[in-house]
Amino acid sequence: MNLDLSITRELLLALLPEIVLTGWAMVLLIVVAWRHKTVGDLRLTGALTLAAFATTGVAVWWLWWNATTTQGISPMVAVDDFRYVADWLFLAAAGLTVLVSFDYLEREQLLVPEYYLLIVFATLGMMLMAGGGDLIVIFLGLELMSVAVYVLAGIDRKRAKAAEAALKYFLLGAFASAFLLYGIALIYGATGTTNLALIGVQVSSLGLQSNVLLLLGLGLLLVGFAFKVAAVPFHMWAPDVYDGAPTPITGYMATAVKAAAFAALARVLVVAFSGTAAWHGIVVALSVVTMIAGNLVALAQRSLKRMLAYSSVAHAGYLLVAVSVGNAQGTAAVLFYLVAYGLTSVAAFALLAAKGKGGESDVQIDDLAGLATTRPWLAFALAVCMLSLLGFPGTAGFIGKWYILGAAVAGGKGWLAALLVLTSVISAGYYLPVIMAMYMRSAPFAEAHAGMRVGRLGRLALAVCIAAVLYFGVRPNRLLALAQTSGATLTPALGAAALPPGN
Amino acid sequence: MYDHLVVTVLLGWPIIAAAALWLAPERLAKHLALAAGVVEFAISLPLWWRFVPAGGMQFEATRPWIAAWGINYHVGVDGISLFMVLLTTFLVPLSILGSYHYITKRERGFYANLLVLTTGMIGVFVALDLFLFYVMWEVMLIPMYFIIGIWGGERRLYAAIKFFIYTMFGSLLMLVAILGLYFAAAARTGTYSFDYAFLLANVGSLGTAGWWFFGAFFLAFAIKVPMFPFHTWLPDAHVEAPTAGSVILAGILLKMGTYGFLRFALPFFPAVALHPTVQAIIVVLSLTGIIYGGLVAMVQPDVKKLVAYSSVSHLGFVMLGIWALTLQSVQGALLVMINHGLSTGALFFLVGMLYERRHSRMIEAYGGIAKVVPLLATVLTIVSLSSIGLPGTNGFVGEFLILIGAFRTYPVAAGIATTGVIVAAAYLLWALQRVIFNQLDKSENEKLPDLSLRELVVLAPILAAIFWIGIYPKPILSRMEPAAQHLIDQVKPAPPTAIR
Repeated sequence: MNLDLSITRELLLALLPEIVLTGWAMVLLIVVAWRHKTVGDLRLTGALTLAAFATTGVAVWWLWWNATTTQGISPMVAVDDFRYVADWLFLAAAGLTVLVSFDYLEREQLLVPEYYLLIVFATLGMMLMAGGGDLIVIFLGLELMSVAVYVLAGIDRKRAKAAEAALKYFLLGAFASAFLLYGIALIYGATGTTNLALIGVQVSSLGLQSNVLLLLGLGLLLVGFAFKVAAVPFHMWAPDVYDGAPTPITGYMATAVKAAAFAALARVLVVAFSGTAAWHGIVVALSVVTMIAGNLVALAQRSLKRMLAYSSVAHAGYLLVAVSVGNAQGTAAVLFYLVAYGLTSVAAFALLAAKGKGGESDVQIDDLAGLATTRPWLAFALAVCMLSLLGFPGTAGFIGKWYILGAAVAGGKGWLAALLVLTSVISAGYYLPVIMAMYMRSAPFAEAHAGMRVGRLGRLALAVCIAAVLYFGVRPNRLLALAQTSGATLTPALGAAALPPGN
Repeated sequence: MYDHLVVTVLLGWPIIAAAALWLAPERLAKHLALAAGVVEFAISLPLWWRFVPAGGMQFEATRPWIAAWGINYHVGVDGISLFMVLLTTFLVPLSILGSYHYITKRERGFYANLLVLTTGMIGVFVALDLFLFYVMWEVMLIPMYFIIGIWGGERRLYAAIKFFIYTMFGSLLMLVAILGLYFAAAARTGTYSFDYAFLLANVGSLGTAGWWFFGAFFLAFAIKVPMFPFHTWLPDAHVEAPTAGSVILAGILLKMGTYGFLRFALPFFPAVALHPTVQAIIVVLSLTGIIYGGLVAMVQPDVKKLVAYSSVSHLGFVMLGIWALTLQSVQGALLVMINHGLSTGALFFLVGMLYERRHSRMIEAYGGIAKVVPLLATVLTIVSLSSIGLPGTNGFVGEFLILIGAFRTYPVAAGIATTGVIVAAAYLLWALQRVIFNQLDKSENEKLPDLSLRELVVLAPILAAIFWIGIYPKPILSRMEPAAQHLIDQVKPAPPTAIR
């Protein structure tokens, strides 16, 4: 199917998934306005949200199945496999988060159905980010996502910690958005456009590779994205916010929000700035400090939630290594790693949510002692998560790491690959104690794990995640092929796209 | 039929058995595990007869795995890996039988881990695809980590994590080097493949990168062996591991390092490996290991630690034999790899048996027990003598071959290594004297039971192998000779320079 985006009908077709999800958001708004008091209302909203994600997923699939392409001028929205795969990732992460949230909200007495609605809006924002062919669209998507997530972080209004997390996230996030916007403005000043493909064309045709305005804009843009992916030194918010937010939302932030920021970053850098060499060095430097600092600080954490928060900083560092390669292989590695990391992280945070109870008392690693004897399956699931995060063979995390290492070595960054593996040795120092506590220590008292409860839907989500992590660890073929083809659809626009008339 | 399937079955069977074990009732676990181990051994046994010494790589099986990256499931056995596979399948059922009384909690988990470990170990020895090799190399870490960490001694948590992190540190750098080889071969040929033979033929001269890659492989294998400065994880892991864990660790896991040198580090980087500086470093480290390991073993008050340090010494001989690169020395190295698995394995079994009786591993807790447990004392003496290398036992043949072989390449080093044999005699005989001879002066030792039938069944096959190799090693040597010769031809274009 070949769409001409200057025709309104075809433009709407290209935006079908976003439109479907927006429609659902409207429906949910009405439902929530009428029914927002009881547990039943909560369940109803949750079920509708799942339906929303499922139908949107089908819409994405429909576009993908028809091998949709575009013709004519460089569009505001990209229509390519990269967008579809990223959309599926966001939808899957959101759907799994919703599944996990059912029990969590009821247990914590958070009877706010708007919770689900906010997840829908955040997901919509992510889809726009990954599909934006224009910096303005990406910015709008980012804001839509961020505002929803600010609220989600503080949705448990009764707790001071949640309020602190939300405020901190909001203030720092607003700064980051301002940086991003200012960067966009400077780039516009240098190139006269905000369209990604056209920026690429302008940079090469006008020879702007070392234009100060453009580089300044690019730098600010990178700062904005670095904040969203929690790369060191822009990570200061992450541990506190992750710690204070409701645990399923923490999982959602660690996976989907991060994935969206990386998808947008990869698109911007590959499509618009392939001809600008300056960012490679910056991204490499960011990845180096992020990997080192993230892993070292995670090593010092005793609280499981904070440990996972810092480890997610470290994973952002690994992903930045793949981004820094800056070719199709690197992009494909980013996508694959995001899927592997996303599945693992959602499961890990779901398990953490099940363990922590009664107003979110923070779970120490030692609190897991002896879990394997009383709850063997949950312990097994968490052990698989830890091994996947560590990048151990047999899990999806390993294939993802292998992919990133391969991309880095092929891209002539062997030393960066070596640094990546050395820092992951450090990570063994904090992932293994979790396994150690569960399997090698005995429970401090007999009823230590009695309160750990995972509902039916939560169990379903966990089973899906763990099965997928193990399956993709052994048979990654299909997913690899998908990542490879969709990574290759992001092509640098070096004089390829036609300039609009009159420019 | 057998030739194509045997390796795959050897890899798959323990996994299936481990899964079945998980469903079985707890009290049957050990019997089922033993049955599975015996079956595994029975499956592997025809390898011995069907193996054609001059046939190169045999029993091969190939299937595409991750085609996008050129990764295949490719396995096979040659004269180097044959004995490692057989040693594994030989020691595993014995370890299971030897754990019958030692392991009393969470038995199912223990035996399941042991069986998964079997798959990992065999996988390392038969993998002919570097991706598969790496996966197996790492996969084997997890069950060993659990075996040490759950069923180990008092400081088991520390020992387990140390073992894990040391090994992982080395192997992750190897991962980057594997990728480096992969892309180097792809740059030359345009074909992306992790296949061992393909990479070996096509990586070409790597230049400076070869030094980095060799360094990464060296680190991974040297930690595993362990060579002298990288050995500190070993005593901890050995001492804390349960008996079966120690036996497997010493008997097989350490051989993965030396096997890695034979299979990968030498053939891939002959220029680097035979560079005079590298030779000097490795020979000096090996000699240090031989002497230092022996001297440290001598002063250990803990029998298990003594045996652990003796491993450092024995593996030093193996490394010397490998790097001397003469037919005798390489064959000797391969033989010592087997011998060390048998003798040290038996020593760990015996130490475990003493511990089960007396609940102490300290030498000073014993003394004069030959009168109380004559059978155990006899076996311990025989095994110790074989470990020292008494003529007529397996230890003599292996170390003697290494020494004559190494003498042609490194005469001085071979001379120094000979003193290692003397040191070995010193620490083992002295320990033997203090444990089973001297005065029976402790009342706790007066009522120790002698070897039970089960324990005899564990030890008898090892004793038989010790004497068989000691008296008639020809069938083994003739099977490994073509492979050893092939390795030497691969690596050594010109005679290496001797170290003076």
